[in-house]
Amino acid sequence: MNAAAPLLRTTGLSKRFGGHTAVSEVGIDIAQGEIHCLIGPNGAGKSTLFKLVVGMHEPTAGRIEFQGRDVTGDRPFRRVQQGMSIKMQTPSVFRELPVRQNLHIALQHHVRGAELAREEDRLLELLDLARDQAKPAGALAHGQQQWLEIGMAIALRPALLLMDEPTAGLSPEETFRTGELIRELNAGGMTVLAVEHDMAFVRQIAQRVTVLHFGKVFAEGSIQEIVADPRVAEIYLGKTQ
Amino acid sequence: MLKLINGSQTLGATRAFWLPFVAVVAAMLVYPVFADAYSVGNMAYLLLWVFMAMGLCLVWGYGGILSFGQTLFFGIGGYGYGVLAINLGGESATTVLALALAILASGAVAAVLGYFMIWGRIGGVFFGIVTLSSTLVLAFFLGQTAGPEWRVGEARLNGFNGMKDMAPLNVPWFGGEPLYFEGVPLYYLVVGLLLVVYLGLRILLNSRFGHVVVAVREDPQRAELLGYDVRKYQLATFVIGSMLAGLSGVLYTSWGQFITPASVGLPAASMPIVWVAFSGRSDLTATTVGSFLVLWTFQALTVHSQQAALLLMGAMLLATVMLAPQGFVIGMVQLVRGVFAPRRRREAATAMAEEGGS
Repeated sequence: MNAAAPLLRTTGLSKRFGGHTAVSEVGIDIAQGEIHCLIGPNGAGKSTLFKLVVGMHEPTAGRIEFQGRDVTGDRPFRRVQQGMSIKMQTPSVFRELPVRQNLHIALQHHVRGAELAREEDRLLELLDLARDQAKPAGALAHGQQQWLEIGMAIALRPALLLMDEPTAGLSPEETFRTGELIRELNAGGMTVLAVEHDMAFVRQIAQRVTVLHFGKVFAEGSIQEIVADPRVAEIYLGKTQ
Repeated sequence: MLKLINGSQTLGATRAFWLPFVAVVAAMLVYPVFADAYSVGNMAYLLLWVFMAMGLCLVWGYGGILSFGQTLFFGIGGYGYGVLAINLGGESATTVLALALAILASGAVAAVLGYFMIWGRIGGVFFGIVTLSSTLVLAFFLGQTAGPEWRVGEARLNGFNGMKDMAPLNVPWFGGEPLYFEGVPLYYLVVGLLLVVYLGLRILLNSRFGHVVVAVREDPQRAELLGYDVRKYQLATFVIGSMLAGLSGVLYTSWGQFITPASVGLPAASMPIVWVAFSGRSDLTATTVGSFLVLWTFQALTVHSQQAALLLMGAMLLATVMLAPQGFVIGMVQLVRGVFAPRRRREAATAMAEEGGS
């Protein structure tokens, strides 16, 4: 892969549902090593774009390249095998299985033998779930389930961590801790793409921001540029500040 | 070895489990010394069905796929063995070849059927409907093969009367006479296979594969988002479970030297579901023990009254659904754990208090 090439690139990406165009000719570049946030008002097409990138929706038109390779037609598991990792909006964990086994299933991709138990312990500590490791994941509080899912996502040691509203349902304190965790992961070299509408959280983590509006890219830049853009404030930020 | 056999996917990982396990195996091994020939042969007959239950436990209990097709693969295994044993001559280890090929035939049919269903995204109750339909198609097909034109080489299918006169499993033996697996030798063969399959499945379920199978049952989308091709795991689970049903079919045909379409049809197809649901589909040991107990009870009652046996089976299933939906054996295990739990909690509290005071 060319060193200057983005880690993820979408070109002319569109998705129509019947007569409704949810995403229209979206082209975004996610550079290696950045935290990139995707924001926009309700109905802007953020979640649809997220699902196109992870492979849960098939695009009507356009192309998705990851690490220089066309992955447009690949199923989600293939994209994950190539280095993506996905955290969904609502906690998606194995609810009937113990917390430790949830992490085990994610970790066993890369880790074997005695190291597997050590990695499980390390993640349980990191996620503050060591005391609840034997509980079924479904018995955890909502915030803990969100963290567990983040733990499962990072257990894959991805090149690109994709997160759809990672702070949904979290308290301000939990949101802040999640932000710190993401920054820590990014400092370790992980690229992050997060769909989010909590602007305080976006300010905490984002290095670059793309604003979607009516399914199109409306603005793009650093968090300072986006906050200073009066057009963005008009369509989005003004309503939330 | 114990590390491979034990794990979070199967009940029993301590001495409290393995010591009774060894005692049960030892009792099974010495059973023919004390029992008469009929009882030993009958015990082999009861045990040979357990493979089919273990296969369904893997597919349904661990994989989350309700297959009504166990007797389809039982029939393919049984008829396949019959056809091959008759045509290959039935001696000089040809029956062992027939056993292997018949099980492979069950697996091959499961692979084709499973591929179209799983890749075609047929799931949930529809998987059960398609497998049941396929089972009934085979049963009806076999039922109309009474005419002399329905033969495969030397083997006549014989319609509802069933196929017969195939040689039992046998291998060349010392002194020239082959060793026929009938009576006591068949019993030891079935017990040996049961042990191998039980331990093999424990290793499989506690391996990376087993964890993924359970993950797919719990949430296929999350499993895919962790990088697993859920279709391949579902297909592999279905094929292995179906091959175990095929093994039951082969052993059944070899045991009685006959097989009829009735062993494939609707009443037969529903039985593995009852055994596994009653026993506790979410655990291999529960299914193995529970299925044997149900089979033994059913047979013991049938001797006196078949109607009473059927009624009791229905009552047992109803009681399981109402009182222990996770299965009778697992329900009993939980009950016993519940009885001892307060004592364990008291002991733990005492230990913690002593630790704090020291």
